[in-house]
Amino acid sequence: MECSSFGIIGKGYVLLASDTTSGNSIVKMKTDEDKTKTLGQHLVMTYSGQPGDTVQFAEYVERNLRLHQIRHHHELRPAAAAAWIRRSVADALRSRSPYAVNLLVGGFDTSVTAIKEGQEELGGTPKLYWIDYFGTLADVPFAAHGYGSYFVFGLLDRYHDPNASLEEGLVTLRRCIDELSKRLNAAQSNYRVKVVDKDGLQPSFNPVMLALLHQRPTLQDD
Amino acid sequence: MSRSYDRALTVFSPDGHLFQVEYALEAVRKGTCAVGVRGKDVVVLGVEKKSVLQLQDPRTVRKVVMLDDHVSLAFAGLTADGRVLIDKARMECQSHRLTVEDPVTVEYITRHIAGIQQACIFRYTQSGGRRPFGISTLIIGFDPQDTKPRLYMTEPSGIYSAWKANAIGRSSKTVREFLEKNHKDDMTRDETVKLTVKSLLEVVQTGAKNIEISVMDGFGKVSALDLSQIEAIVSEIEHEKEAEAERKRSRLAATAAGQAAMSARAGEDRAAPGA
Repeated sequence: MECSSFGIIGKGYVLLASDTTSGNSIVKMKTDEDKTKTLGQHLVMTYSGQPGDTVQFAEYVERNLRLHQIRHHHELRPAAAAAWIRRSVADALRSRSPYAVNLLVGGFDTSVTAIKEGQEELGGTPKLYWIDYFGTLADVPFAAHGYGSYFVFGLLDRYHDPNASLEEGLVTLRRCIDELSKRLNAAQSNYRVKVVDKDGLQPSFNPVMLALLHQRPTLQDD
Repeated sequence: MSRSYDRALTVFSPDGHLFQVEYALEAVRKGTCAVGVRGKDVVVLGVEKKSVLQLQDPRTVRKVVMLDDHVSLAFAGLTADGRVLIDKARMECQSHRLTVEDPVTVEYITRHIAGIQQACIFRYTQSGGRRPFGISTLIIGFDPQDTKPRLYMTEPSGIYSAWKANAIGRSSKTVREFLEKNHKDDMTRDETVKLTVKSLLEVVQTGAKNIEISVMDGFGKVSALDLSQIEAIVSEIEHEKEAEAERKRSRLAATAAGQAAMSARAGEDRAAPGA
């Protein structure tokens, strides 16, 4: 719960960010934990919650979606994948071993039906799903989990723009991160950012992204 | 009554055979032919595929299937049995990754498949039983962090074995003998693909359109040749064969001419004294 993750949809992309801190209670154990999982060419997930449960569940999801892809020669679309993930959480909740995980699932739907009229150049629709450990699923334009969510929803209400370019989206993300370092007592300074667009998951060394994320005013937390 | 060992899977015949297993092998021999060939750092699967009916969707008929990123399988025998076995194998591949965070080795998944085939005969049969899987499989792939190509075969009895090159299914004996004659160690990619096609042409009369080739160049690097590529290889092989036949014919003609000349001379010799 102490960790924060955000998701933002923009014009032709979805952006996910998750902090990289792993800890127990008030103790920080490590600051380079990757709490994101790539589930397919056009699908990424961030997870947070009980440290053991998160990894276990994320790997379970990863392998099952891969199995589905091999069996059917086709990846699940974001909506279907999110529904399956939600179902897995909900089933586990009602078993003896529930998973205490909160998830954000971001994907890009490249199917023919997802390519909207007059927007062929975007090559599909970016999708973002918010899933909590009760098995709630919401299809949202922006999302957040963790303590960070108490701070950033207001910001996102104000600044989120579904037609924002990637640069503008990253600025909004930066705004959220800056706000956390200003106001949140247990703020983290390292985040893992993933962007999915029509060409799939963008490599994390994307120079545009790096430049934008680093050129902002320095954090007081740093 | 005297033939009851024919029915039950677990009962030996007096001369030590398990007939059901041998009938399964018979089903394999009726299946379409599949060939696997290992080269220096490449391994190739080739299969004979049945012609697709005019109105059928060819994408729904697959003879070479992927088990994981780095393992492919081809089978000969009952397609329905194949599907079940393939699904079990795919599940094991992902399950293995989940439990030990590593992809399977080719031998591991081969042993697993052979294990299922064997268990089918001996574990479940005591209480009612299943019949054996009516398929043999060829499994190709690369082990993680390794560059050595692998080729394995499994049979309905649960036997598995490693090969440099092998064939299963219809006329597999002919093809295997062809491979025994023509296989060389350390073949290049092109040589390996060509040998695969050439060996398949021993049994596939209809040529390129009934051949499917899948090439694995390294860990996770699988590619299927498209029709035009296979056609090119087939015509190259045919040209070579024609050239060979031409050489043979001219050699025969030369010998025939020589013999004719000789016998003509002999005739003259014979004719001379009488003149």
